[in-house]
Amino acid sequence: MIPELGHFALCLAAGLSLMQCVAPLAGVLSRRERWQAMAWPLSVGQVVFTVVAYLALTWSFVEIDFSVRYVATNAHSELPLFYRISAVWGGHEGSLLLWVLMLGAWTLLVAGLNKSLPRDIGASVLGVMGGISFAFLLFTLLTSNPFERLFPAPAEGQDLNPLLQDPGLIIHPPMLYMGYVGFSVAFAFAVAALISGRLDAAWARWTRPWTTLAWSFLTVGILLGSWWAYNELGWGGWWFWDPVENASFMPWLVGTALIHSLAVTEKRGLFKAWTVLLAISAFALSLLGTFLVRSGVLVSVHAFATDPSRGVFVLMIFAFFVGGALLLFALRAARFQVRQRMTLFSREGLLLLNNVFLSVAALAVLLGTLYPLFVDAMGMGKLSVGPPYFDAVFAPLTLPLVVLVAFAMPVMWKRGQWSRVRQQLWLPLLAAIAVTGIVALLGVRGLGVSAAILMALWCIAGALAEPVRVLRRRSRVKLSRSQWGMTVAHCGLGVFVLGVALVNHGSIERDVRLAPGETAEFSGYVFQFGGVSREEGPNYHADVGLVDIMRDGRLIATLEPEKRYYRMGGNPMTEAAIDISPLRDLYVSLGEPVQGGAWILRLYVKPLIRWIWLGALMMALGGALAATDRRYRLKSRAPASVPSAQTAQA
Amino acid sequence: MTRRQRRMLAVGALVMGAGTAVALALVAFQSNLIYFYSPSEVLAGELPPQARIRLGGIVETGSVERSTTDTSVSFRLADCEQTVPVRYSGILPDLFREGQGIVAIGTYDPESGFAAEEVLAKHDENYMPPELVDSLKDKAGTSCMPAVNS
Repeated sequence: MIPELGHFALCLAAGLSLMQCVAPLAGVLSRRERWQAMAWPLSVGQVVFTVVAYLALTWSFVEIDFSVRYVATNAHSELPLFYRISAVWGGHEGSLLLWVLMLGAWTLLVAGLNKSLPRDIGASVLGVMGGISFAFLLFTLLTSNPFERLFPAPAEGQDLNPLLQDPGLIIHPPMLYMGYVGFSVAFAFAVAALISGRLDAAWARWTRPWTTLAWSFLTVGILLGSWWAYNELGWGGWWFWDPVENASFMPWLVGTALIHSLAVTEKRGLFKAWTVLLAISAFALSLLGTFLVRSGVLVSVHAFATDPSRGVFVLMIFAFFVGGALLLFALRAARFQVRQRMTLFSREGLLLLNNVFLSVAALAVLLGTLYPLFVDAMGMGKLSVGPPYFDAVFAPLTLPLVVLVAFAMPVMWKRGQWSRVRQQLWLPLLAAIAVTGIVALLGVRGLGVSAAILMALWCIAGALAEPVRVLRRRSRVKLSRSQWGMTVAHCGLGVFVLGVALVNHGSIERDVRLAPGETAEFSGYVFQFGGVSREEGPNYHADVGLVDIMRDGRLIATLEPEKRYYRMGGNPMTEAAIDISPLRDLYVSLGEPVQGGAWILRLYVKPLIRWIWLGALMMALGGALAATDRRYRLKSRAPASVPSAQTAQA
Repeated sequence: MTRRQRRMLAVGALVMGAGTAVALALVAFQSNLIYFYSPSEVLAGELPPQARIRLGGIVETGSVERSTTDTSVSFRLADCEQTVPVRYSGILPDLFREGQGIVAIGTYDPESGFAAEEVLAKHDENYMPPELVDSLKDKAGTSCMPAVNS
């Protein structure tokens, strides 16, 4: 009964979302206020029914109703409640429902918090979001109905993919989706601007917090995915340039560019058409990412669906929204042309450079991700692009950005002053050089790693210089929350680069064969293998190894890596054991048993790897701070026509 | 220098920089393309010498031999017609098993066989790389292994 209710609610939500799309947009085009005003109640209705559908599916999982096909394929009677709730998005159908739910959350947020928007803009935004909701609800209902029944109901389910039974994976998809879907808000605002023809500072100010917030979620989502791969896949890496990772990374890069170009559009009224194009691209890449991971064209744990009709459907959604928006863009973009002189040595000039680098980086990733698919589709052979390509292309594209961050801080809008740059940055530069020197003396040296450390420290010190200056000089002027956000995010970038540089430079990875009692020794650590014992978990049993790690004759950690055998899935799962510390991770995972109680073990020493995720977390936190700045919360219904030419700093 | 000259200089520098970057990227791109081969194609001598390739096939039942002294392992990868010996050192993925489809990345030598640097197994039982599924079909287009679902 409950699943049928859920199915029915989903149908109602689809109907309401269609109305949410048509009524307000028609109202905007025909200038009928009453129709525009329907956007809000229709959105609420749509979201309410989506939530009902989602809860119905969750209920089926909690009650373990195996007569629902989706539950039977993704749950098991012994699956803990915790994972039963998260199993809702463990497969294709449910994760689509989650996607629609997230879209609903964003719709409500926009509708609720942006009541001060001019009515036609608000109506257009909600209308576009309604259209997206409708497309995905239709997709769910027509190709991937999660409420489909299974007769006769099996006595036991097939269980959730063991790879997905990890706390990191419970929050990874929702965060990622919040990011992906969040870019639909920027997209909707861009389309609203194209429809109304009004694109000014006020528009940028409405769009900025949403974009930044979505970007923060996406950052956290990617970070969790990376963290999960490190913990769960047992390969000890944090990024593999896997096409699925790239699919989430491309919208991130374009989203980062968008955040920065929005700042220019708000403060200086420049880059208008470019900003709109970026907003469309960020969402387009989010959809592309969805298509890539959902259509089964890529080989990965994410490829739930090998059903081609689903891929075609996502492709149609993609073509409709992106094609439509680009068409509108082509018709209207000329209107946004601004004739204004701009020099490169100014805040906006340097932000232009930032955008160039980020978009080129996104294009490079796009090339490496799509080219194999293209070649395959043309029947010219099967190939893949190796990680060295991405490494080779990515470092030269991103390191200049890191340098630029610090350099751009003292450069004002319109025209920078060299004296200011010198005055503010000599100390950070000196500090960065000094610390790099000390680190080199301590043993971390080499041209590449030292250069990267120098740039990262320079980025951090330079990012800190501005708030330090403000706090010292004008004691009554407080730093705004968005300035704090920017500082935290830029420091995060530096921390991230430090982590990457040290991990690449100093990681040691060994696969060794150890019998109980034997030891392996490298980079100052002694790993002693204590053998393996058998233990029982809730829905699996496990071989648990015992590894003592000693340094200078002292025991510093005892690790218990596991090999789990889930009762339902025939595949064993490697659970690595990791000793975490700020400066290094010691990572041990069980390979396979060989003769005489000996095992093949994988032993890693990873310096500073935590800094990678810490840096990403700081970026996300910075974004969240900036997005919640007070100036975005102003409730004024000001006519949005005067282009602001403030010189204040973002 | 007039403003126009300076601007032209800046544009010129930008174009040069972008051109170099693109050229470098394309070189990196070209040299990192890894093609996929099946055992039959490898044995037919279709690949350039010393090329890094992806070799996909089914792990032949009974062919996996672990060394008794170190971490090296050898096995044979099969498609519908041929098998290729593969050497690897280190930990095999969890899903590596005899009779299952895997992809190995490395180089092939006619004398010593395939030296794998990396061995990838499917992420779960229900899923297999599409290129592997294709390569396991015989000329009539039907899958030659009952274990393989396409």
